[in-house]
Amino acid sequence: MVDIGLGHYLTLGAIIFSIGVAGIFLNRKNIIVILMSIELILLAVNINLVSFSIFLNDITGQIFTLFILTVAAAEAAIGLAIIVVYYRNTSNIDVEDIHSLKG
Amino acid sequence: MLAHSLFFYVFSFIAIFSAIMVTASKNTVHSVFFLILDFISISCLFIMIGAEFLGMIMLIVYVGAVAVLFLFVVMMLNVAQQKKQWFSSFGSSKHIPLGVLISVIIFFELIIVIGGWKYKPEVVSSITKSQNTLESNTHSIGNVLYTDYIHLFQLSGMILLVAMIGAIVLTFRKRAGLKRQSYFSQISRERSDSVYLADVPNKKGVDIDG
Repeated sequence: MVDIGLGHYLTLGAIIFSIGVAGIFLNRKNIIVILMSIELILLAVNINLVSFSIFLNDITGQIFTLFILTVAAAEAAIGLAIIVVYYRNTSNIDVEDIHSLKG
Repeated sequence: MLAHSLFFYVFSFIAIFSAIMVTASKNTVHSVFFLILDFISISCLFIMIGAEFLGMIMLIVYVGAVAVLFLFVVMMLNVAQQKKQWFSSFGSSKHIPLGVLISVIIFFELIIVIGGWKYKPEVVSSITKSQNTLESNTHSIGNVLYTDYIHLFQLSGMILLVAMIGAIVLTFRKRAGLKRQSYFSQISRERSDSVYLADVPNKKGVDIDG
């Protein structure tokens, strides 16, 4: 309990990952919250990579975390741009009302 | 060691609480603020276990850029106040028990993987870039990033460039009735297009329309 090991950090990553997945499924009102849940999932992956990198003493995990950070920033920018364009066309970004593709 | 575990529990409790509040809070601006709190506490954890460079980069990139972008879009779109909380329509829709079930299954799968996972002795020999304890974290990341991973580094720069161009192209729009400066028509304009010499007859004036 007092001795913090790799398992504690991996459990934290698992909890945050599950909360992010639950946020994607449960949210039916606002698509921006879904994007934030995706950011939470990427954050959980980053926690796993960094804790493996530290506890196995291998620097490569931190390099991959940097790349994940880059891709997450690009994904957030593109996603928010798409949301802005959609809002400009329909004045509404409720998840329940976005069904024009009938998916 | 006691302080380490104490700080770990404090920061991880804050991180989990704010992650729950990101998905559950009624006001979208509040959930952006909880996202910022989540990033800050996770970067404190990173700094605590010795990845200082990533913790600081995480603060700069996520809190300084991504979360502010989220906040900007939320306030610009005027969607801050959600009409209903996500659990207020409980029972009327089938997606909530399904979502909870799937996320709980994923959580238990991850816990089973973590609980049953042991180091194999071979994993130590498969370590490619061990961190030198004499040099700092930033120094060792730079040593690896600019030598072995230089192509991936440049590729991530290309990803950022493509994302920037894509965001600009997506949100750019031409509005009707807006007077813009057109350099080409200004430069290619000649004297014969705009000025002519009229031959004015005496006591008759100029026929402009002709």
